Amino acid sequence: MAAGDLMLDLRDIHKSFFIGTPNEFEVLHGINLTVNQGEFVSIVGQSGSGKSTLMNIIGALDRPTLGEYTLDGVDIEKAKDHELSALRNKKIGFVFQTYNLIARTNALKNVELPMMYAGMGRGERTDRAKMLLEEVGMTDRMHHNPDELSGGQKQRVAIARAMANDPAIILADEPTGALDSATGRMIMDIFHKLHEEQGKTILLITHSPELSQETDRIITIKDGTILGESKGNWKGLSSDERAGVKKEVE
Amino acid sequence: MLIMENVLLALAGLKSNIMRSLLTMLGIIIGIASVIAIMTVGNSITVMVNTQMQEMGANNLTVGVSAKSTSEETTSSGLHFGAGNRRSMDTEDYITDDMIDSFLEEYSDNIKYTLLSSTVGSGTAIDGDLYAYVNVVGYNEDYMEYNDPEILAGRTFIEKDYENAQKVCIVSNYFVNNMFEGDTSAALGSAVEISINGKYYTYYIVGVYEYDDSTWSSDSTEDTTTDLYIPYDTARTQLHTINDGYESFTLITTIDTDSEEFADTVETYFNTMYYSNNDDYEVSVTSMASMIESMTTMIGTIELALAIIAGISLVVGGIGVMNIMLVSITERTKEIGTRKALGATNGSIRLQFITESVVICIMGGLIGIILGVVLGSVAATYMGYSASVSISAIIIAVAFSMAIGIFFGYYPANKAAKLNPIEALRYE
Repeated sequence: MAAGDLMLDLRDIHKSFFIGTPNEFEVLHGINLTVNQGEFVSIVGQSGSGKSTLMNIIGALDRPTLGEYTLDGVDIEKAKDHELSALRNKKIGFVFQTYNLIARTNALKNVELPMMYAGMGRGERTDRAKMLLEEVGMTDRMHHNPDELSGGQKQRVAIARAMANDPAIILADEPTGALDSATGRMIMDIFHKLHEEQGKTILLITHSPELSQETDRIITIKDGTILGESKGNWKGLSSDERAGVKKEVE
Repeated sequence: MLIMENVLLALAGLKSNIMRSLLTMLGIIIGIASVIAIMTVGNSITVMVNTQMQEMGANNLTVGVSAKSTSEETTSSGLHFGAGNRRSMDTEDYITDDMIDSFLEEYSDNIKYTLLSSTVGSGTAIDGDLYAYVNVVGYNEDYMEYNDPEILAGRTFIEKDYENAQKVCIVSNYFVNNMFEGDTSAALGSAVEISINGKYYTYYIVGVYEYDDSTWSSDSTEDTTTDLYIPYDTARTQLHTINDGYESFTLITTIDTDSEEFADTVETYFNTMYYSNNDDYEVSVTSMASMIESMTTMIGTIELALAIIAGISLVVGGIGVMNIMLVSITERTKEIGTRKALGATNGSIRLQFITESVVICIMGGLIGIILGVVLGSVAATYMGYSASVSISAIIIAVAFSMAIGIFFGYYPANKAAKLNPIEALRYE
C-alpha cells in the first residue's frame, strides 16, 4: 500500500449501549472518518466525548451498532471473532495510557508477545524484538520486568510492542497522559520518528489540544459527533518553529 | 509451540509466588501422596505375601476334612446356621492311612511328597542354669526331605527311626549353643528332656541343623524358639494318636502337575471312594495357588477402598486449584484484556489458563508422588515389609493430576477466554 491510500474508512458509525431495555444509550451518533496511509492524525475530545468508544471500534475491540468500517481493506462487521483477533494482532498496534505491559514478563518477552500470537518462530521474534527495543533505546533494559522500569521506559517498551507485527496503524490512547512533560516529549518524539522515518500511520487520541497541534490533521469530537477537522501546522513549520510548538506543549 | 510458551509462562508464574503456589498445590500433593503411600504399602504387602506363599510352594495342596454344606443349611445370604444339629467329627470321618496309601498308589506320578506332621507342643529344655525354648514337631520322612534342614553335624532320621518310632531328635544350632555352650560333639548322642505343659519327654540328639533366621523374623536372639524335629510316629505315639486318622495333610505335587486341576482330582477321588456315604463330612482340597489368588484379591480390594477414600482429597485439592485459578483470573483481568488487544484469540487465552492449571496440578502430583513413595516406603519398612513401589500407581497419579488440572482448570480458563476485551482493559 502506498502513501495516500485509504487506510481507515468509517462511515456513519453509531454505537449504542444497552443498559437494559428500553434504556438504549447512544454514544456515537454517525461518525464519518477516513485516514490515509502515512498520516499522523489526532482525535481530540474531552472525557465523555465518546473518543474512547471510537478508539475501541477503530481498534477492532468492539463492533459498531450501525455503520460500515473498513480497515486496510478488511470489512470489520463481517469478520468473525477470531478474525478480529488476527486483525488486532497484525494490523493494529496499541499504545495505552497505562502502558499495559504484562507483569512478571520482561521487556523483551513483552515485545515478543504479539509475534508469538502471530505464530512467528522463537529465534526470529527474539531478533526482531531486540531490534525494535533498540529503536526505542531500550536495549540495555530489555531483560527487566515492568516493575523495574520507569513510566517513560514502560511506554517505550509498549511502543516497541505495538510495532511488533509491523501494523498498518498505531493506535495511541493518551500515550503521554501518565507521564511528566519531559518524558511525554520523548514519547512524542518517538511517534514523530516512526511517522517521518518509517511512514507509519498513527492515530493519536488525546484530550489535549496542544498535543494535537503536533499532528497533520486534528479531528475534534464532542458528544459523540465530529465537530470539525483542522490541519495541524506541524508539517509546514521549520525546525525552529517546531521547537517552539514543543515548548508550548510542554 | 504455544503450549511450550504457556508452560514456561506458568512456571514463571508459579515461581513468582512460591508460597501461594505451594498452598494451591497442597491439596493435590496430599491427595496424590496418600494414594501413592497406600498403594505402596498395599503393593509391598502383596509382594511379601506372594513371595512367602510362593516359597511355601505354589504346588502345595492341603487336603482336609470339612463339613458338607447342604442346601437346607444355607440361607439366601449364604450364611450357615443350624450347625447345632450337626454331629461333631468322629473317628470314622477322618482320613485313614489306608485311604492315603491307596490314593498314593493311584496317583504316584503326580505326587512328589506327602507331608504329615504332628505337633507335640512348645516347651522348654532345662539343664541346671541352661535352658532353651523349643517347638517339638513330628515329621514324616517326606516332610523331612521336603523341609530339607541344613544338617551341620550328625545325621538326619533313618528309616528305622520312622518305623520304630524311635525317641530321637534333631535340634538347631541355637539349641546347641544354649544347652551345650556350642559344643556340637557333646550334644550328639546326649539325651534332652523337654517339659511341655508339665509333661516330660526325653529324646536323644542324632543331628544338629542350622536354624534359618532369614525368614519371618530378622531379630532372632538366644531365646528364639526353634523347632526340634522328631519322627512322625514318635510324636503320634506320645500323643496317643497313633491309630487316629488325619483331619488334614499336605501334598506336594510334581512340577509337571497342574496343582489347581489336580486339586479337583484329589477331591473327587476321596469323595467318591470314601465319603459318598458320609452325610456330614467330605474332603476338600485347597491349593496354595488359589489361596494366593484370594489373598491378593482381598488385599487389592482393601487397598482400592482406601485409595478411593484418599482420592476424595484429590477432588478437594482440585477445587482448591479451581478457586485459585478464579482468583488469579480476576487479578489478571487487565492482562487478559491486553493480551486480547495484542491479538490473543479466545482459544489461546483458554489454553494459557488450562496449561497453568495443569502445570500446578502436575507439579503438585510430582511432589505428591515423591512424598507418597517416601511415606509408603517408610510405613512398609516400619511394618516389616520390604517396600515395593507400584509403578502403575505412579503413572495413574500423573495422568490423574493432569486430568484434574484440565477438569478444574477448564471453567476458570473458559471464563477468562470469554472476557470482553474492552471491559477487561478498563478493569482496575
